[in-house]
Amino acid sequence: MAKHHITATVNGDPVEFLCEPQETLLDALRDQLHLTGTKEGCSTGDCGACSVTVDDRLVCSCLMLGVEADGKSIRTIEGMAQGDELHPLQQKFLEHAALQCGICTPGFLVAAKALLDKKPDPSETEVRYWLAGNLCRCTGYDKIVRAVLDAAAELRGA
Amino acid sequence: MRYEAPSSLEQAVGLLAAATGDARVLAGGTDLLVQMRTDILNPELLIDIKHIAELREVKEEGGVFRIGAAVTGAELKEHPRLTSVWPGVVEAANLIGSTQIQGRATMGGNLCNGSPAADSVPALIAAGAKASVVGPNGRREIAVEDVMLAPRKLSLTKGEIIASFVLPAKAKGSADAYLRFIPRTEMDIAVVGCGIALTVDANGAVSHARVALGAVAARPLLVEEAASALIGSKLEDAALRILDAAAGAACKPIDDKRGTKEYLIKVAGVLARRTAAIAYERARKS
Repeated sequence: MAKHHITATVNGDPVEFLCEPQETLLDALRDQLHLTGTKEGCSTGDCGACSVTVDDRLVCSCLMLGVEADGKSIRTIEGMAQGDELHPLQQKFLEHAALQCGICTPGFLVAAKALLDKKPDPSETEVRYWLAGNLCRCTGYDKIVRAVLDAAAELRGA
Repeated sequence: MRYEAPSSLEQAVGLLAAATGDARVLAGGTDLLVQMRTDILNPELLIDIKHIAELREVKEEGGVFRIGAAVTGAELKEHPRLTSVWPGVVEAANLIGSTQIQGRATMGGNLCNGSPAADSVPALIAAGAKASVVGPNGRREIAVEDVMLAPRKLSLTKGEIIASFVLPAKAKGSADAYLRFIPRTEMDIAVVGCGIALTVDANGAVSHARVALGAVAARPLLVEEAASALIGSKLEDAALRILDAAAGAACKPIDDKRGTKEYLIKVAGVLARRTAAIAYERARKS
């Protein structure tokens, strides 16, 4: 079967890639574009490790086909830091030790950024519900929630 | 596998009708891609319907809402008019999965996936929604309760696609609600789901009601006896007891990991009472 030629924007840069129709966006990002910051966890949309935004909407990249990305604007963990300068969420994750093994971290960061872009002053409950689709098997949830709330406060200039 | 993304319903129907092997409609993909991944399905053709304008829009005309079958849960939640007119339908759709799933999951997919526990379906049934179905012989409207026949089995014929859901103009003093019972706070499959829409008259009595239950039978149920229990009442204890019993009596559950038959029947009655109370309060304030 012929591969599809996909043109999209990833982290603001125009990209082109070829993909099989059944290939997920996750696999296209990792294998075609070599953006391996987005992790594969469950591959069934339960764990959120593969979270990216597509046209500013948070999705699991394992539950979207690469061909569906044609013409879309995708943002991944690789687009979060500005050069050597970490995004406040990344900085707060370090300060709060909000990661242990780290495999869930890119998904949590992308998901948390999507929340703060939409709602700069979330309550703790809102953070917990928003991030319920991201699983941390080291179970470090509390520090993650604290880091997100602290980053939100910093971004608000509070 | 072949992937097509037609820009019109006619093209989509043509592709689906002409398919010789297994052809599947791709909306949000949150069920379909998992089933492909786990080899439950191995389609030869995927038809992505998200490039068809009608399927991606929410329109209100003369009080009638037409919700595109491929509008996502997140988009429904961001529609202020729909959220205020049909809060139960939006709440139900928003109970499906996580934030990430909400970014993709659709009500058309939730119905066509053919799960008895689909959250948005009892809410649509209670609302009196019709599925606007387009196929090789044109367009027809089917009551949502008549779309699913059994697990994974629909009444749609070859080449037919649900284009949109039509929610009727709401009478004065009407409101809807949906509640789901699960053993945790979120992100689980319904043990029982209950959607209720009702109308309250000037004296505070229920003049019209529709009650639907999910996850308690082979398909979502419209329970007329439960609706009859509410009519004429102001949700007094006596009426709620009849509602509770009628909801329980309508259940044909199986014993499974979600609970025993007896447990599901009990929960269905309790959930019907609670859902009715929310719909009633909303209707009185509307």
